[in-house]
Amino acid sequence: MENLVSLSLVAVYSAMGVYTVSFILFTLDLAKRSAERPVPAVAVQTSTVAAGGSTTAVLVAPEVTEADTSNGATRYQRAAFALAVLGFVLHLGATILRGIAAERVPWANMFEFGLTATAMGMGVFLLVQFWKDVRYLGAYITGFTLLSLGIVTVNFYVDVVPLPPALQSAWLVIHVLVATLATAFFAIGAGLSIMQLLRSQREVRKLHGLRFLDTLPGAATLESLAYRLNVVGFVFWTFTLIAGAIWAERAWGRYWGWDTKEVWTFIIWTLFAGYIHARATRGWRGDRSAWLAIIGFSAVIFNYTIVNIAFTGLHSYSGL
Amino acid sequence: MEPLRPSDFHDSPEPAKDVPASRSSAIAQPKLDATGWVRFVFRQLTSMRTALVLLLLLAVAAIPGSLVPQRSADPNGVVQFERDNPDLFPVLDALQVFDTYTSVWFSAIYLLLFVSLIGCIIPRTQHHAKALRARPPATPARLDRLVGHTERRASVDIETALAEARTLLRAQRFRVERYGDSLSAERGYLRETGNLVFHMALVGILATIGLAGGFGYNGQRVIVQGQTFTNQLTSYDSFSPGRFFDETRLDPFSLRLDEFEAVYDIDTTTGRPIPLDFTASVTVAENGESRAETVRVNEPLPVGRTNAYLLGNGFAPWITVFDADGTAVFSQPVPFLPQDANLTSLGVVKVPDGLDEQLGMIGFFYPSAVALESGALSSIFPEPDNPVLTLNAFEGDLGLDEGVPRNAYSLNTDDLDQITGGDSGVDSIVLQIGESAELPGGRGSVEFTSLPRFVSLDVHHDPTQAGVLISSLLVLAGLLTSLFVPRRRLWVVATADGDGVRLQYAGLARGDDPGLERAVGELADRHIEALARAK
Repeated sequence: MENLVSLSLVAVYSAMGVYTVSFILFTLDLAKRSAERPVPAVAVQTSTVAAGGSTTAVLVAPEVTEADTSNGATRYQRAAFALAVLGFVLHLGATILRGIAAERVPWANMFEFGLTATAMGMGVFLLVQFWKDVRYLGAYITGFTLLSLGIVTVNFYVDVVPLPPALQSAWLVIHVLVATLATAFFAIGAGLSIMQLLRSQREVRKLHGLRFLDTLPGAATLESLAYRLNVVGFVFWTFTLIAGAIWAERAWGRYWGWDTKEVWTFIIWTLFAGYIHARATRGWRGDRSAWLAIIGFSAVIFNYTIVNIAFTGLHSYSGL
Repeated sequence: MEPLRPSDFHDSPEPAKDVPASRSSAIAQPKLDATGWVRFVFRQLTSMRTALVLLLLLAVAAIPGSLVPQRSADPNGVVQFERDNPDLFPVLDALQVFDTYTSVWFSAIYLLLFVSLIGCIIPRTQHHAKALRARPPATPARLDRLVGHTERRASVDIETALAEARTLLRAQRFRVERYGDSLSAERGYLRETGNLVFHMALVGILATIGLAGGFGYNGQRVIVQGQTFTNQLTSYDSFSPGRFFDETRLDPFSLRLDEFEAVYDIDTTTGRPIPLDFTASVTVAENGESRAETVRVNEPLPVGRTNAYLLGNGFAPWITVFDADGTAVFSQPVPFLPQDANLTSLGVVKVPDGLDEQLGMIGFFYPSAVALESGALSSIFPEPDNPVLTLNAFEGDLGLDEGVPRNAYSLNTDDLDQITGGDSGVDSIVLQIGESAELPGGRGSVEFTSLPRFVSLDVHHDPTQAGVLISSLLVLAGLLTSLFVPRRRLWVVATADGDGVRLQYAGLARGDDPGLERAVGELADRHIEALARAK
């Protein structure tokens, strides 16, 4: 068992190494895009959109993309993406090994939650590519994952210990797993919202220095993508809240008691409910709703870090 | 029919640009009478923008409650806060920050939000009920500016083409209506239904808590091994009734703690104990029958209309005090409150009668005692491997006869004379199980008789649970349908074109519907395929 724990850690460090290279390459890709003349890339974008429009034209899209691969940007991006996949395999392996070593789900303390949630984030990011190409988020998501993994392994690491009685429940599997999923979707949604804000700034007042933004889809497209990821996150968050309440009734005798963690989960729910309403309110679409999504995800991070460490409450399972 | 939305819904038509509100134009405006004002305020309150601002306000207003302890969740924390911040406390308390979630300002925000919500959903529900029976709207004159506009040709007549299109649309659960040589189809009414269900279920949660919450109660009780607790008001150590509670609502049952078992492991790196399992074995007597049950963490015991939850445990050393003649004047288990993970516990013994003067003792209990270098004792494990009890005795008026309720777990020593430990010049009494020690000055003796355990049970009757659970599940179901069911309109227009027909297809999204373009394209493809087959 000790061996599995250290093997899991070796896998975490390896994943971090691979993510580092992937992050550098993703960043170089963005830099390279800044250097390219943006016009052809934009043309590609519009033709892709048009291609989606009429079914007969679908075959055209891959041809255009193929032509696009000849430039340097995509070569960096391809390598970066391949490394991100490799990093994810190691990362997932680390998470699974940790679970096997602990003989339970690998999300029972802060370190394990961080490990699993970041793996979930990378996994969702990789899977989203099958639906929409958002590889331009690669630098954001690998950078974020790398930073998080560094912090959880250095600052939050705890050895495998058996579950305390309060955590011995099937709800640990469901409630926390769905919370990691929600976090993953919010993370990518926030990334898209950040890009959207930068893009709209560049559209409005020609933000200097971030020329790569011209190669991204337009702000409206980014906003729509962010929205669709965030609403999935919101559904998962709602489920987390309900499942947590059912569990709280079993474990603590009441389904809702304004425990600090409950409060922040509620705040996050309200923020994203606000975000969804903002998207339907005149004058609040666009930048303002994007800010709400970013604030919402920041609250998720706050809930995981500061609320766990600095606030007293019943959710004191950090193991620190 | 369009779903009804507040006027500032992003899809609604822009309001006509008002004349700039300058002094001169203000005169021209009609003066609002009382009804006008009510209508104006209500209109503002039910607008999207107000709902949004209230939602965000609610999020912000919830924050203070997580920063300072709350009376409902952590009353001791509030007392501690008052002690640590004597200047800040009255200010915050006046602002109701220690009762954030029942405070006037928090309540005002969520009540306004719900008024806004109800004001929004009632007209929308009426409107939607009509929409559910209405025909899809007439086909627009020009389709070419709508989403996914596609043109095809087929060599069939108009009737065949439209009949086939109708079959296809019906199969996709569209409502179809023919207008001239065109079909107008709409689907996704469930989106609005889900949206309304979601919002109504939120009201349902609040209404359930508001109405049924008052009938609930919860109480806490410490039960020592061998003791029986009967479910009546006087048996509880603390009790919080709902607004409409009366004593007849307590179900008659009793509960005896037979045994309590705790299982621990030890963390080899930190030396800290790791709790693995807590099990209380109890005998429940209800309706003239008794049965053996267990209560565990995460596994509450349903009894009567209540649930009993195992929320704490500890040791209740049985302490016997004899007078100078050897007659027992006090003999009972005294629950000691755990102070740390190794169950170093603090307890208070009050002996009001039988001795010359009233006797009070403050004691520490160590389940697995070891002596530190300084000579002080410490517990190294929460199980009773080497149980040791130390007592500091005080003499004087315990203040029990004034009729003022006193906390059984604390002893005010200000007016008492210390007779063992501290500055009294006599060593503290240190006892192991079965041992006894003389009180100084021939006052009598104290014995550590035996070591029963105690559990603290929370007994809850919460009539809101079922309603809130059902509402929550409806919230989730409503959310899923309102976000993921696309509400869309499709049109098929057929025009005679030589010996065949020219077919036009287009769609219109109601709300976010990223798949609409593809759906129009697929409809056109399948329609043409079906027509080819039909020929």
